[in-house]
Amino acid sequence: MSANQLALWYLAASVLFILALKGLSSPVSARRGNLFGMIGMAIAVVVTLAVTKKVAFILVAAAIGGMVGAFVARRVQMTQMPELVAAMHSLVGMAAVLIAIAVVNNPATFGIPDPMPVGNRLELFIGSFIGAVTFSGSVIAFGKLAGLGKKFRLFSSAPVAFGGQHILNLALAIAMIGFGVAFFLAEGRAWAPFAAMLAVAFVLGVLIIIPIGGADMPVVISMLNSYSGWAAAGIGFSLNNTMLIIAGSLVGSSGAILSYIMCKAMNRSFISVIMGGFGAAEGTTAAGTGEKTVRSGSAEDAAFLLANAESVVIVPGYGLAVARAQHAVKEMAQKLIAKGVNVRYAIHPVAGRMPGHMNVLLAEAEVPYEQVFEMEDINGEFGTTDVVLVLGANDVVNPLAHEKGSAIYGMPILEAHKARTVLVNKRSMAAGYAGLDNPLFYMEKTMMVFGDAKKVVEDMVKAIE
Amino acid sequence: MTGTIDPTVINLVVFVLAVFVGYHVIWNVTPALHTPLMSVTNAISSVIIVGAILAAGPYETDFGSILGAVAVGLAAVNVFGGFLVTQRMLGMFKKKAPKAEKEKA
Repeated sequence: MSANQLALWYLAASVLFILALKGLSSPVSARRGNLFGMIGMAIAVVVTLAVTKKVAFILVAAAIGGMVGAFVARRVQMTQMPELVAAMHSLVGMAAVLIAIAVVNNPATFGIPDPMPVGNRLELFIGSFIGAVTFSGSVIAFGKLAGLGKKFRLFSSAPVAFGGQHILNLALAIAMIGFGVAFFLAEGRAWAPFAAMLAVAFVLGVLIIIPIGGADMPVVISMLNSYSGWAAAGIGFSLNNTMLIIAGSLVGSSGAILSYIMCKAMNRSFISVIMGGFGAAEGTTAAGTGEKTVRSGSAEDAAFLLANAESVVIVPGYGLAVARAQHAVKEMAQKLIAKGVNVRYAIHPVAGRMPGHMNVLLAEAEVPYEQVFEMEDINGEFGTTDVVLVLGANDVVNPLAHEKGSAIYGMPILEAHKARTVLVNKRSMAAGYAGLDNPLFYMEKTMMVFGDAKKVVEDMVKAIE
Repeated sequence: MTGTIDPTVINLVVFVLAVFVGYHVIWNVTPALHTPLMSVTNAISSVIIVGAILAAGPYETDFGSILGAVAVGLAAVNVFGGFLVTQRMLGMFKKKAPKAEKEKA
């Protein structure tokens, strides 16, 4: 196969990748889009194998990896999606690093002149450091999302902060760029600066992610998604492979846009999220004004209110994911619908630990997606809703967001407080991620139902007859 | 104005245009499908497997080609895992009456 033919096949694969993403504009076209993506990937791999020599050797490696991937894809729980995605980001990052090392080792394998031109070395430097940061950062994100914080403090979902953190990060970033400059100014195979640069990048990836707390994870995971794309694009530059550049850029911009959407949904700047430590300082100040009274009730009381309502809106949050209550919620909703109640779900963009987390959980429980509404589509309806049921969500329904001077002022929220009756299920009165008290809990029309979301909802199901 | 265009310049042209395409395509993705978007972009970025195949490809097995083979394995986890888990998730986004469909199947 000539280089031109190869490039044209790569073009076909690139177009199929674009179609795969385009399909995600609606659940109806999404599955066909995913098929396009698979075809694109198959084309890319087959034509590349056609120009390589040791096909059997490569297929063995691919088969091992492929079996692991297929096994995980079949077995993973939907509540574990955030950690799976983080783990997959780390693999892309590591693959980029390994390829970069192989390029330094023998550029001729990739059709790059040996010794490598300065331009290729610059591109290689960029691709490999982004890959390294993606790898170690994603490993930390994985640990935080998988709840490994109890075993290793590095993975703590609370922000890990220490004095001089930002200055240390800055110094490391400068050192990394310094080694990079040394790498692309050096003659021949400059292993020492290259290895030093990679080592610093791995450390930097860890340090960037540890100060970021649990509820900011939607931003972090989108950001790492973006990085993994840029790493692929960077490798594409150094190998002069347009398909890798296109695919990498698509993924890079996708992650960047998701990060932007998540930041906007929290009314926080990207920089402030990345600097981390949010919620750690304010956590202590907000509590202590315990004069206010809350009204709490049993699951049976709540079920009575729900069954006698005309319209119910369910607001799921991270607590629902932790308790794996999605199936119980679906069952309850079905019972209510059978009684003629209008049941809808309201999803805040940052509910859960990754973009779209709640939607996937509800879809898993076979909740029809016509019942599931995004924030801007349902916020106008709370005023005419009889009962809002908040399940394990807190900051996203905190009316303090409307009050000037509060830490979350300006954050768009689900306006649950406008409903006639509000039911809130939480495990305790503990403050949410932002460390703020939530006036919603003290309103006269609010009834708290304490307990694990799954247990409480199951009790409600029993009580609705 | 003589001579050929440096490949890096062509790469840059492709890169900038691809970022624009990505920008416009991604804004059209419905928020409900943001998790499948992340898993499918994961699968797509693992097209880096192409670079890994080239690294593992040469006749004589050396340090570089072993790293290449490891990279092939890692990227293959994502290729299969990413697309299959996306397919599984998308299969869950159904319209009304999923029960009836199940009984038919």
